[in-house]
Amino acid sequence: MLRHIKNALFPFALVLAAFTGPFVLEPFDLVNLSAFSAMAIAALGLAFVWGTLGILNLGHSVFFGVGAYAYAITVSTFGDSTLAVLIGTMLPIVFSLVLGSCLFFSRLGDVYLGVITLCVTLIFYSFMTSTADPWFHIGPVPLGGFNGITAIPSLNVPGDPQAFLSTEATFSICLLALAGAYILLSLVRSSDAGRIMTAIRENELRSELLGYDIRFYKLLGFALSAAIAGFGGTLYTAVMGFVSPNVFDLPQASQFVLWVIAGGLGTFVGPVVASFAFQLLSCQLGANQVFNTELIFGATIVLFVLLAPQGLQPMIVRMANLKLTYRSGIFRRKEKPA
Amino acid sequence: MDQFVILCFAVVNSIALLALISLGLAVIFGMMRVINFAHGEFIMLGGYATVIANHAGVNLWLSMFVVSPMVVGLIGAVAERLIIRRLYGHLVTTMLATWGLSLFLIGAVTAIFGNTTLGVSAPLGNITIGAYSIGAYQLFLIAVTALLVVCSLLALHWTKYGLIARAAMQNAEMAATLGVDCDRVYATTFIIGAATSGLAGALLAPISGVLPHMGAAYVARAFVTVISGGGALITGFLSAATILGPVEALLSYFATPVVGQASLLLLAVIILRLFPTGVSSLWTGGR
Repeated sequence: MLRHIKNALFPFALVLAAFTGPFVLEPFDLVNLSAFSAMAIAALGLAFVWGTLGILNLGHSVFFGVGAYAYAITVSTFGDSTLAVLIGTMLPIVFSLVLGSCLFFSRLGDVYLGVITLCVTLIFYSFMTSTADPWFHIGPVPLGGFNGITAIPSLNVPGDPQAFLSTEATFSICLLALAGAYILLSLVRSSDAGRIMTAIRENELRSELLGYDIRFYKLLGFALSAAIAGFGGTLYTAVMGFVSPNVFDLPQASQFVLWVIAGGLGTFVGPVVASFAFQLLSCQLGANQVFNTELIFGATIVLFVLLAPQGLQPMIVRMANLKLTYRSGIFRRKEKPA
Repeated sequence: MDQFVILCFAVVNSIALLALISLGLAVIFGMMRVINFAHGEFIMLGGYATVIANHAGVNLWLSMFVVSPMVVGLIGAVAERLIIRRLYGHLVTTMLATWGLSLFLIGAVTAIFGNTTLGVSAPLGNITIGAYSIGAYQLFLIAVTALLVVCSLLALHWTKYGLIARAAMQNAEMAATLGVDCDRVYATTFIIGAATSGLAGALLAPISGVLPHMGAAYVARAFVTVISGGGALITGFLSAATILGPVEALLSYFATPVVGQASLLLLAVIILRLFPTGVSSLWTGGR
């Protein structure tokens, strides 16, 4: 019972923030935080596919980007954002199924998988930057090459393209969506399929010998993470109002990975907190222009890998547990490090 | 006829380019099973070393063949000592650490030299074939690449160090029992790999110019080449380059360079679908 309450605490805090935020915060902060939570949603997708299923997907941003572009094109063509969000979530699923069936059915190892997925996102990047010619267009929307697509309409009331949502409402929706994604992924993780996925992460061969089709479960998890990432991408584009090929580039891809490592692989709260923290940091750094963002990020990744390979959340949890057992005088046998 | 010659040249050039940019990576990955994500940045640093040495008045050939490999080898040594050595055997962790290193190096170079393209002019003039003319430097590049590959094959199979390195690669524990200092072998290998990447960057600097982000342009292709090559160290990536290079060259010629690069990736995915451990599993028996 206590565990359930503990688990519900984080989404509850998000929901609380979604409703109180508009009354306390400035519009500028609201827009920023909406964008941050859209990014955090995508990071949750990676936290799931990597932390629960053990698939190191370095090209997670490709699904984010596909979702973002799909939203931009659909909403600019038809005007209704609900349909656009739906398409922006579905298209990455389709793409992940195609890509995933190539990857998982050839039984690629984790490293090979990471490299291939990273290559895919880089190919998208170079393709999208080369679409400056007006010949590249989908419907009435030119892809715009390096500049991307601009002046994208934001979210509107479902069915009424003219009734745009206010900054406050968009903020609430983004945070609620983040809480929703968190709850959905937590439920999936504790479901039967989720347990099998965890088993696959722990030992692929053993799970297969027990009769589970690991390729199917990997494909399933991959598609789910793609959907979450694409959804995050649609919200991000809706908030920012533009999308450029930079969603496919290397820094973007590395951000998601950084947040998941920093927050703690295998956890969900950690990556979300880390994504907010790092985005705030990079926002500050970008505003100051004192330090180079890549320099800081690179150094942070190296330090995390060397010093806290398990990430912040497990580290903090372990420290808290240590203190607790110390106080109550219970000496447990030290667990073997993973 | 002239066009055919030019096309053949483009194909050979593309194979040589792939081989050149992946040689350093192949050495490090093949010997140590370390995926070095900072590979593209080693290339970039090699290019910068050449350009800066050249602007400072050092002879171009000297800065290419001496300064760049030394500078990048040194940086590689430091990186190996501080980061890679602590993570041997942890494939994924090493990959992430080197990724961090790659971002760090990009950031550092941007902060020091600025986000602009520097360059040196390509030496050696042009050669005219019928109505076309090609840079003699590109021919030189092909020759140097061939020489490098032959040298590394010879070094691996005919020298004492090559023997020790191959032993450490096949069975580190057994090699250690026989008195080989594996850590040292790994460190040397990493430095040689880094120096080779630096040389590659130096050789490419006159034709492409140098930019903090230039590594990203090469790293994807280098990885795809090495990984679809598979376990056999030199022959693996060489055969992968021979398969992938022509496809990229021809499609770049008849369509656009982007189509060429995309088809290279696609072909690599198909190759890995057919041979999950690389092309060289055909003759190494899937090791």
